[in-house]
Amino acid sequence: MSQYSVRPGPEAFLPPAAASMGNVLPDPGQAHINGRIVPEEEAFAHGARVFLSAKVPTIFPGPLVLWAWNEKAKRKATAIKHLYDTMKECAPKGATPMLIPMPDYRPKYPKINPEVEINPNHPNLTIWHNKIDACIFVGVHCHQANLSLKIIRGGTNCYTMAMCAQAGHEDACLSFRDLTVEKIMHFAEWVKKLKGSVEFNSIAQYTNGART
Amino acid sequence: MSKERIQICPEFFDIMPPEYQDLVTNATWGKEGRGWKDVGVNKELIEQHSLCAGCPESMAFRYILASLPAPEDTVMVGSTGCTSLVFPHVGVHNIHSLFGNQNAIASGLKRALMVRFPDRVKDVVVLAGDGATVDIGLDYTLQSWFRQEKFTTICFDNELYANTGGQESGLMQKGFVAKMAPVGKKFDKVRLPEIAKESGCHYIVNCTVSKPSLVEKVVRNAVLIAREIGPTYLQLYTPCILEIGKNSMEGLQEMRDSEKPGERFAYKEFMSDEAKAFLADLAEKDKAKKASAKEALAQA
Ligand SMILES: Cc1ncc(C[n+]2csc(CCOP(=O)(O)OP(=O)(O)O)c2C)c(N)n1
Ligand code: SF4
Ligand SMILES: [Mg+2]
Repeated sequence: MSQYSVRPGPEAFLPPAAASMGNVLPDPGQAHINGRIVPEEEAFAHGARVFLSAKVPTIFPGPLVLWAWNEKAKRKATAIKHLYDTMKECAPKGATPMLIPMPDYRPKYPKINPEVEINPNHPNLTIWHNKIDACIFVGVHCHQANLSLKIIRGGTNCYTMAMCAQAGHEDACLSFRDLTVEKIMHFAEWVKKLKGSVEFNSIAQYTNGART
Repeated sequence: MSKERIQICPEFFDIMPPEYQDLVTNATWGKEGRGWKDVGVNKELIEQHSLCAGCPESMAFRYILASLPAPEDTVMVGSTGCTSLVFPHVGVHNIHSLFGNQNAIASGLKRALMVRFPDRVKDVVVLAGDGATVDIGLDYTLQSWFRQEKFTTICFDNELYANTGGQESGLMQKGFVAKMAPVGKKFDKVRLPEIAKESGCHYIVNCTVSKPSLVEKVVRNAVLIAREIGPTYLQLYTPCILEIGKNSMEGLQEMRDSEKPGERFAYKEFMSDEAKAFLADLAEKDKAKKASAKEALAQA
């Protein structure tokens, strides 16, 4: 069976779960790009290139890091803010890095405000509204992240990345695992290192082609 | 139990939607003696609601959420029905159960919380419609009472299945004709408060939600008694104005009419001896506390 490639959509109303297509999660020290298992360092470099080449690279912090429920969460919040500040500093002219929270998972009726938040039950609204072409999930519980990642892949052309504190996400286009504060800072270093080496709005080069 | 537990990481405070900022700065987490008077002054634990305009369930939700003694340490269990559409707007942990299963879920949850947090008091409150409590979930409701599970069951009694368009429920009045029950109810309203007493509930109240201070009192009593002694049950009349053909502003009057002496929602209360002693002790402690606060003030 050829490997199922997890790429930006819009793929279909119901894209398959990558796991059901045979994709496996990385082992410690590894990550995946489009479902292909790679050394973690390669994914850091690739993720940084994607972010620097995007028009609207966006960080979506989830409840696990937005809420100060323990010391580790607070330290991760500081690191994520640092990553965002680094993005703003390093992004090429014309790019608009964003930081949009996912405060909780409640299906919000009658609507969410896509300008200020993202909701896992209809994440596409926020992506469409802000024209987000690359995003990174961090601090979102795995099951909610997988749900969102699939919806995004199904209905948008956004490149998705996941910084997962557990074993990673098959349904992201790129996923890290075992997230720590140090790894967030390391990703920021990669962004800094690659500043100026990536052309604005050249994301198609790094996404392995959209599925359309 | 304190406000400190519900905080946003400082780096992200400014990007959070305003309702969450308000929730951490202006809600009554950890406030002793919180109650319905906080409504309109402090941030409520309910955002909007998705009920029909003027539905008394919305008033009931607001008063109940304002009156929970420790919302930050409470988990609510809901069931399918009009109430379940409100829970997504509620700022208290909650679980949606399969229609009718709510008291079984709450039993497991309460026991698990006692194991997981042995040093912290965790309250469990079931809130479900009459169809869920008395018809499809009756077995689970009663079994949890027989087993003396320590949580509160609140039934929003609107005397029919509202969410599915008006079918007959066990709590419907005899003779009532609903949109999807055109023949009329053939038997009497099930006397669940009496059954609750026989099944071992320690505190039972049957009333309407027309008076916020009363709702506050009974919710507080029910939660505290469940915490210390055993199961408690509140049956609150929240008329479905849509199904009984009333306008949005007529819900309150409907409740007032139904709670007059001799009417089916005239205030009715039962307390076990243990519960009575517990409340008397609580009142005594409250009195002593107030007296010492007054004394301290006089000396200052
Ligand atoms: C297991 C199951 N059976 C039936 C239904 C359909 N159903 C949804 S709401 C409802 C009636 C709810 O009535 P009630 O509990 O009185 O709540 P209300 O809507 O009146 O507040 C029913 C039968 C369901 N969702 N699940
Ligand atoms: S259908 Fe009835 S109970 Fe349900 S929200 Fe409307 S008025 Fe309230
Ligand atoms: Mg009902």
